[in-house]
Amino acid sequence: MSVVETATAIRPFQVEIGDEHVEELRRRIAATRLPGRELVGDRSQGVQLATIEALARYWANDYDFGRVQERLNAVPQFITEIDGVDVHFIHVRSQHEDALPLIITHGWPGSVIEMLDVIEPLTSPPSAGDAFHVVIPSLPGYGFSSEPTELGWYSGRTAQAWAVLMNRLGYARFVAQGGDQGAAVTDDMAHQAPEGLAGVHLNLLRRALGSTQGLPAESEQERAALEAVNAFRTSGFGYFLEQSTRPQTIGYGLLDSPIALAAWMLDHDTDSYSKIASAFVDGKPTGKLTRDNVLDNITLYWLTGTGASAARSYWEGGRAAALAKGKTPPAVSIPVAFTTFPGEIFRAPRSWVEAVYPNVIYFNEVERGGHFAAWEEPELFAAELRAAFRSLR
Amino acid sequence: MATVATEIRPFAADVPQVEVDDLRRRLVATRWPDRETVQNDSQGIPLALLEALVQYWATDYDWRRGEARLNALPQFITEIHGVDIHFIHVRSPHEDALPMIVTHGWPGSVFELLKIIEPMTNPPDGEHAFHLVIPSLPGYGFSGHPTEPGWGPDRIAGAWDELMRRLDYDDYVAQGGDWGAVITEAMGRQGPAGLRGIHVNLPGAVPPDVEAALAGTGPVPEMTDEERATFDALRQYRVSGYSGYFIAMTNRPQAVGYGLTDSPAGLAGFFFWHPGFAGWTLDDRRKTKDEVLDDVSLYWLTNSAASSSRLYWENHGVSPTSSAGLHTTEITVPVGITVFPDDIYRPPESWARRSYPTLNYFNQVDRGGHFAAWEEPTLFAKEMRRAFSPLR
Repeated sequence: MSVVETATAIRPFQVEIGDEHVEELRRRIAATRLPGRELVGDRSQGVQLATIEALARYWANDYDFGRVQERLNAVPQFITEIDGVDVHFIHVRSQHEDALPLIITHGWPGSVIEMLDVIEPLTSPPSAGDAFHVVIPSLPGYGFSSEPTELGWYSGRTAQAWAVLMNRLGYARFVAQGGDQGAAVTDDMAHQAPEGLAGVHLNLLRRALGSTQGLPAESEQERAALEAVNAFRTSGFGYFLEQSTRPQTIGYGLLDSPIALAAWMLDHDTDSYSKIASAFVDGKPTGKLTRDNVLDNITLYWLTGTGASAARSYWEGGRAAALAKGKTPPAVSIPVAFTTFPGEIFRAPRSWVEAVYPNVIYFNEVERGGHFAAWEEPELFAAELRAAFRSLR
Repeated sequence: MATVATEIRPFAADVPQVEVDDLRRRLVATRWPDRETVQNDSQGIPLALLEALVQYWATDYDWRRGEARLNALPQFITEIHGVDIHFIHVRSPHEDALPMIVTHGWPGSVFELLKIIEPMTNPPDGEHAFHLVIPSLPGYGFSGHPTEPGWGPDRIAGAWDELMRRLDYDDYVAQGGDWGAVITEAMGRQGPAGLRGIHVNLPGAVPPDVEAALAGTGPVPEMTDEERATFDALRQYRVSGYSGYFIAMTNRPQAVGYGLTDSPAGLAGFFFWHPGFAGWTLDDRRKTKDEVLDDVSLYWLTNSAASSSRLYWENHGVSPTSSAGLHTTEITVPVGITVFPDDIYRPPESWARRSYPTLNYFNQVDRGGHFAAWEEPTLFAKEMRRAFSPLR
């Protein structure tokens, strides 16, 4: 076998987690030393002590540590090396041969776990003409993908790698989807417009989080969105800034303390935090944001030891933004579809999406779901993707 | 009973051995991330350095020696506004010494001020002496942890005056850097009857127009070469990532707290985010590894990581360098400033004059940084004597 063939080989992959790692994790959870209670009645000082105590209790006593392995091994997984990084991905082909190939990218603090429940409705939809072949990679430095050991793995480089991946899988024409960091990668793919990319669907308007300059702020919706972005930038931005400036520093705590990792991952946006807190404290999950599903994701981060490497992707993003300062990327010419989920950090109005992307083929605002739309509302999310890409088939 | 509440009780540190053992056990069991992908500290303290420090912490470092350094000094606790305040109180043998309350910052503690006690209470012949009061901030070290919001700099400043009065000092001065400067300036604004003057070594001297220019919300004003150099350095500081800890702690002290409370390596790693530790090495002689570990261990053993972070939250992100944010022009007592060259910025005298109308001492010395009292205790003590001599 030549070197080249080895490098582009696609190897089947199975998760195997040694009992000793689970035991170690359980021991650390039990030995957790907690700070005193926050001084306020809400999340404004961070994840509340009662939430984290409930999570720790459930994680140590009731959670089934075999779930991560079991759920992931229930779907076909592979690893292939791209640009020096081992990329782990789930690949589920629809039984319908002419299904549309789709690559879905997760974000932080997510993983392929958040996408597991959309696989079935996407590959086996009610109507055969709506089916997708689904590819769900783990971002470099996340989950079972390897950690880049060199600089430069910002979202644009990942976007290039994804085009290579789809090509390597023999997909000559495909679409892409993403929210959160996945929206950054997918937006970069749209800018790069690799051959074969027919269109994208996004559920986070990345550009508005960076700057709302030039976006309309007249209608009630537009003003509300602007206010929500500003609120996030003033008080919800800490994790973002911390990861984009000192990922190694935060990494020390995240690698050494499972409860620190859990708290850090829960402290994302207010909507998802309150839903997850309610699942643990009151036993009332919203959609599929159940205790077990949330802990599957946190357990995956812990067992793969990726707290620091995942945070580093923000540092790379900051570095790339600094290098690109003053340069305007070429406009996106390929078709863009967008769904606004109401619990997202801000509800992007159609006018904003159209201001950012000249070629909007689909826009919809749905009535349920938040930042982790695919995870929380998999059926609704799948229905949106079917509707969004129908005109591109 | 009112008499009980204002009581001043002697205190000696004596951390239970089980806590010391637990710390060591955790250090040995540290689970490390991979190495950073750069050759510098731009992603945080490098893995190799933190590993080496933790290795030393787990094996050769002795908390009991740090504890003995504190217990060699007269320490007390007294309750003020419902919170137990721990403080060191060393009276000079010179009866006419000037009473001074000195306040530490984050990630410091009373440990950073120990080396100034001797030269300030027992100065060379013929030099002025001080009686020193060195409290632990609420939520820090052996002070109690506030259980309700509201313990921001203003309330602490009021408590410090109460402390000085309780010690029968009705004529005193105050000093601080870092949080200590913010609190000392709040005292200067409140102007309690007994406060004769203040000195800070991290002044809020950035004028409003300069601050607006830094934030990109105003034009860059006309500046001298010296002002311009400081302006450029501040602009560089903003993009360096050094201020990220400040924002993280201001936004979500509790979220930051979980990791720092459960992982001693995480706690130490986080401390090194502070620019005051930039370039630090294991054989640093100004801040030795034992001294650094006394400080980190104090936070760990008193479980103060989250409670200390809450001070940032209380202060709503006001920058310690901002004249407008700290309302420095409202200070009514005489102000002394010493600029130590390696601190996070070097305010020019012109900015200091604009920001502090009652400025009566300004000096830039040739060495020392953010932890001036720790790094250059003799020089620091000399600056205090010079700054306060007009007030005697």
